[in-house]
Amino acid sequence: MAITTVPAATGKPGRPRPPYPSGPRRGGLGRKVRDNLTGHAFLIGAVVCFAVFSWYPMVRGVVMSFQRTRRGETTWVGWDNYARIIADPSFWTAWQNTLYFTVLALVLGYAVPFFVAILLNEFRHARGYLRILVYLPVMLPPASALYLFKFYAYDPSDAGLFNAILKAAHLPTSEWMQSPGMTMPAMVLASTWMNMGSAVLIYLAALQNIPGELYEAAELDGAGVWRRIVHVTVPQTRLILALLAMLQIVATMQLFIEPLILANGAGTGDSATSVAYLIYQHGFFQNDLNGAAALGVIMLVVLAGFSAGYLRLTAKQD
Amino acid sequence: MAQDSGTRTLISHAQLSRGPGRVVYWALLAVVVAGFTLVFIGPLYWMVTGALKSGQEIAQTPPTLFPRDPQPQNYVDAWTNLNLAKLLFNTFYYATGAVLFQLVLDTAAAYSLSKLRPVFGNVILGLMLATLMIPAMVLIVPQYVTVIDLPILHLNLLDSPFAIWLPMVANAFNIFLLKRFFDSIPADLMSAALVDGATPLRTLWSIVLPMSRPILGVVSIFAVTAVWKDFLWPKLVMPSPETRTVSVGIYAFAGGTPMNVVIAASVIAAIPTVVIFLIFQRNIMSGLTTGSLKG
Repeated sequence: MAITTVPAATGKPGRPRPPYPSGPRRGGLGRKVRDNLTGHAFLIGAVVCFAVFSWYPMVRGVVMSFQRTRRGETTWVGWDNYARIIADPSFWTAWQNTLYFTVLALVLGYAVPFFVAILLNEFRHARGYLRILVYLPVMLPPASALYLFKFYAYDPSDAGLFNAILKAAHLPTSEWMQSPGMTMPAMVLASTWMNMGSAVLIYLAALQNIPGELYEAAELDGAGVWRRIVHVTVPQTRLILALLAMLQIVATMQLFIEPLILANGAGTGDSATSVAYLIYQHGFFQNDLNGAAALGVIMLVVLAGFSAGYLRLTAKQD
Repeated sequence: MAQDSGTRTLISHAQLSRGPGRVVYWALLAVVVAGFTLVFIGPLYWMVTGALKSGQEIAQTPPTLFPRDPQPQNYVDAWTNLNLAKLLFNTFYYATGAVLFQLVLDTAAAYSLSKLRPVFGNVILGLMLATLMIPAMVLIVPQYVTVIDLPILHLNLLDSPFAIWLPMVANAFNIFLLKRFFDSIPADLMSAALVDGATPLRTLWSIVLPMSRPILGVVSIFAVTAVWKDFLWPKLVMPSPETRTVSVGIYAFAGGTPMNVVIAASVIAAIPTVVIFLIFQRNIMSGLTTGSLKG
């Protein structure tokens, strides 16, 4: 590129610099106060919304988890809510299910989009069409897509789409959501179909930033396609891979609408109960908002602990 | 940047355009195009045609590929029994309001953080970005408690559209997207406006916003689809049948309604977002990747 003569005026917006480059109008304290007030006036609307609907609920959730409200009277109860939530027989099942879903979703929903992106990136034709296809399910309202899976794909009789396909291929059919062992894989499959589009597009953008010379050099050194993926593609997209893995784990740990719609909540023999569904159950059906808040705090602590560990792990690799 | 047809990827262009590479390339392309069409459009086809089948035809083994005796009546039933017109109107109303609130308040905030830079601006930005780390499910209970009894004002926002509009403003991702875009507007332009005596509001309106149309479009589309796809929050804060969104309405009716009618309703509910996507797919895809990549 030959466009190196652009003045550095547009510079990097990193460090705080004065509101406007204060040319001839350098004013005194009064002007500074006024500029700041103007700045805050522009901010105030969004800040109030963050304060009321994000920052305050964060604190309130922790406070609530140590209180109990009965008949309009709120008292401090220490760790009672936590004890009650952990004693719930569904508590450990819900964590097991959620972790199982997270791991399965990682295997399927993380590796598949990466290879799909690598594949799509090689094509010189039909690029736009393939991208639209992959992203289309992301735009469907999840409730709509899940009813499709529930009624037509996962129909446990042979009239269901998946069973019909399995039967035509002479494979054993499945009862899908009605068999406890298939509940989670079936939910992961639906969830991956609905959500993988965004991951594929993000990977594709990352792949396009890899300099072609690297592949060139690897090929000259005699590296085959697989070794080029391992030694060029993966290291070059490592940051995005790490970031998306974390985002995906945080998202899948909040598994909620899939069990609610596909499995009517708990599923056969509690096989679908997730932690998020348990929060919903306690808060809005058993009238135990304090217990639900406590479970929310537990979830936050687990996720925060996981993220911290993960960050340390990835930082060490650098 | 020009399209990347020139840059080399995993396998070199030359290798793909002659000899056996060429055959493999075209064969693979055909397989992928056919396979992807089947995997991603197939279910949608199944959904649209399945909703046209009669109750008996759905229960039939093996399932039929084309509805033998199409029943458009299912779509009519879905429309009238579920009161879809009302549900769609509600969702549209919430989506429009969400776009307006986000555009006004988030744009103003991002402009202030990017160009006006008041004291503590970076602290506020940090606190906003920190909310991205907090999973939505963790906040759902305290948020609900806040909405039924707003601090200081002691208002109950249940069944009020503000219960959807105001929390949507607290969207750190959009503020981040907008701020990044505003950061790229040259400082010279801003100081020129200042020398001409323009107030910050005037500068925002006449200089910054006209330059920012693409990003404003992306933010608006994201707001519409977020409202359209959201489920649990509208389910909690819009408990009355008259104020429900379309997804929640279908869920509420699903138990006592024949399944082909539920699917017909699901098809109708999905049409708006699919149409938005097909019209704006370029903006949506570019917005998605700029937001996540350059951060």
